[in-house]
Amino acid sequence: MDTVFGIPTAALVGQLMVGLINGSFYALMSLGLSIIFGLLHVVNFAHGAQYMLGAFVAWALLQYLGLGYWWALLIAPVVVGCFGLVFERLFLRRLYALDHVYALLLTFGVALLMEGGFRLQFGVSGQPYPNPLSGGLDVGVTFLPMYRVWVILAALAMCLATWFFIEKTRLGGYLRAANENAPLMRTFGINVPRMLMLTYGLGVGLAGFSGVMAAPIYQVSPLMGSNLIIVVFAVVVIGGMGSIMGSIVTGFALGAIEGLTKLIYPDGAGVVIFVVMILVLAVRPHGLFGRAH
Amino acid sequence: MDFLSPRANLALLAALIACVCIAPFVVYPIFLMKLLCFALLAAAVNLLVGYVGLLSFGHAMFYGSAGYITAHAVKVWGFDAVTGILAGIGVAAAIGLVSGLLAIRRQGIYFSMITLAFAQLVSFIALRMPFTGGEDGIQEVPRPSVLGLFSLHDTLAMYYFVAVLVGLAFFLIYRVVHSPFGQVLQAIRDNEPRAQSLGYRVLRYKLLVFVLSAALAGLAGSLKVLVFQLASLTDVHWATSGEALLICIVGGMQTLVGPALGAIVIVTMENYLASFAEWVLIIQGFVFVIVVMLFRKGIAGQFYAWVRNRRERRAQQAPASLGVAK
Repeated sequence: MDTVFGIPTAALVGQLMVGLINGSFYALMSLGLSIIFGLLHVVNFAHGAQYMLGAFVAWALLQYLGLGYWWALLIAPVVVGCFGLVFERLFLRRLYALDHVYALLLTFGVALLMEGGFRLQFGVSGQPYPNPLSGGLDVGVTFLPMYRVWVILAALAMCLATWFFIEKTRLGGYLRAANENAPLMRTFGINVPRMLMLTYGLGVGLAGFSGVMAAPIYQVSPLMGSNLIIVVFAVVVIGGMGSIMGSIVTGFALGAIEGLTKLIYPDGAGVVIFVVMILVLAVRPHGLFGRAH
Repeated sequence: MDFLSPRANLALLAALIACVCIAPFVVYPIFLMKLLCFALLAAAVNLLVGYVGLLSFGHAMFYGSAGYITAHAVKVWGFDAVTGILAGIGVAAAIGLVSGLLAIRRQGIYFSMITLAFAQLVSFIALRMPFTGGEDGIQEVPRPSVLGLFSLHDTLAMYYFVAVLVGLAFFLIYRVVHSPFGQVLQAIRDNEPRAQSLGYRVLRYKLLVFVLSAALAGLAGSLKVLVFQLASLTDVHWATSGEALLICIVGGMQTLVGPALGAIVIVTMENYLASFAEWVLIIQGFVFVIVVMLFRKGIAGQFYAWVRNRRERRAQQAPASLGVAK
């Protein structure tokens, strides 16, 4: 069993691994976007910048306070989430009644501001972040770095936990109900604006969490957000923003497809997700898991 | 401008033309040409977002690819300026047709995300294609003659060439918006299901105007390449699409003069305030936030609203004074 379809098994497993790593970030990011869009009807263009912010908070915690990766994994998402709460309360909330376009433009502006600010402070070259989990797993055909295994498992766990929270808990039920019929929820005494604020904070916190996880793999750079966000938008278009599980599955699957493309046709790896997007749009305009409104 | 008398409108137009003619003797002509190109790009975006309600986040793909095609045609194939620009416009319109066919099936923010993804695909291809020169772009693009009539080597000749073409393009947009076709577009923007139920083929209208907008953005890109003699990855980058949108909303969406006013404000600000790319991002981001939060109508929109308000107040006062006279 050295080759599968003429491809060395070790290379196959390796690329699949890389693909699933990317897929973890696609899934986490598109999940956050999905939650925010589903409940607030806002396309959060700043999602990439907030992911970058998460990575920089982790880096700053290590640099200035000496707090390592595991602390950062706890603290950074909360910091980024709080940033989201304040932003929602002060700015975003005023735009709900208007055309959705304005919220998109506002978050785009914030993304530009954040990227510009961090570039001014740190330049475009990345800051290294030490790998918290050295060593690896020998699985026979190839050697899997421990940290990468952790990222995939943690991302999967986080996605499932978020799905469980939204779909199965009482608070998640309130969130969905507030989306379905806000005036009715208000007559039941639920504070709907606060629900929306918490939702935005949750989605943004997920972006911050992804940022911390990305820090040891990619360099911590001001450009990391804008590089990722456009691909994630394509992932969201493919999956359709209808379902939470849909964005999780699409994220991981597209990561794997991208990894395999790198093996079979390296030049196509950068564009394969966009090609898939075109194919899906041609056949199912509302995305794989989306519903027509 | 609907609120002025026809004669005042004509006078205003004459004054505007005079300004454009005199401007290169007062202001640096290259800067003026950059301004004109961005105004046209923004006007193309505005045609979609202002009059059909489609927010395109991908106009850099038309602007940039038309630029590459014109640069290659003029430099390698020795095309004339006019045919070179036509080739650029043709390719931009073709890309517009293909991406439009898929993008217009979705509305609202999905449309924005799809156009953005298409633009990213195009910029990826531009990076990889052999003729685009990768990171270097196409440099030292010659300025050819116009149909053998006159040469564009002279900066002033180039300026008037650009000014005339951009002027014609603005006139075309004006005619489109004020035609029956334009009325249908605005009906689609205001209430798509109703327009459909009245028997209009909504998708066909949207596709047509999308291709037109792509062609206009392509014209802007081709002209920009001849002016700066450079086609680069910056032109296809998503930041260029963002800048065009910024110009639109600063100037005022749903107005014809908005993109021109916005271009003056934004391009001037970037030219004089920002010497580094980081500062351009910060300024753009800041302006986005301010405009979206406080001046959603933009410069032109705010002005029109003010004029309309004043007129209404006068109209209310007039009958009241009549009553007193009786």
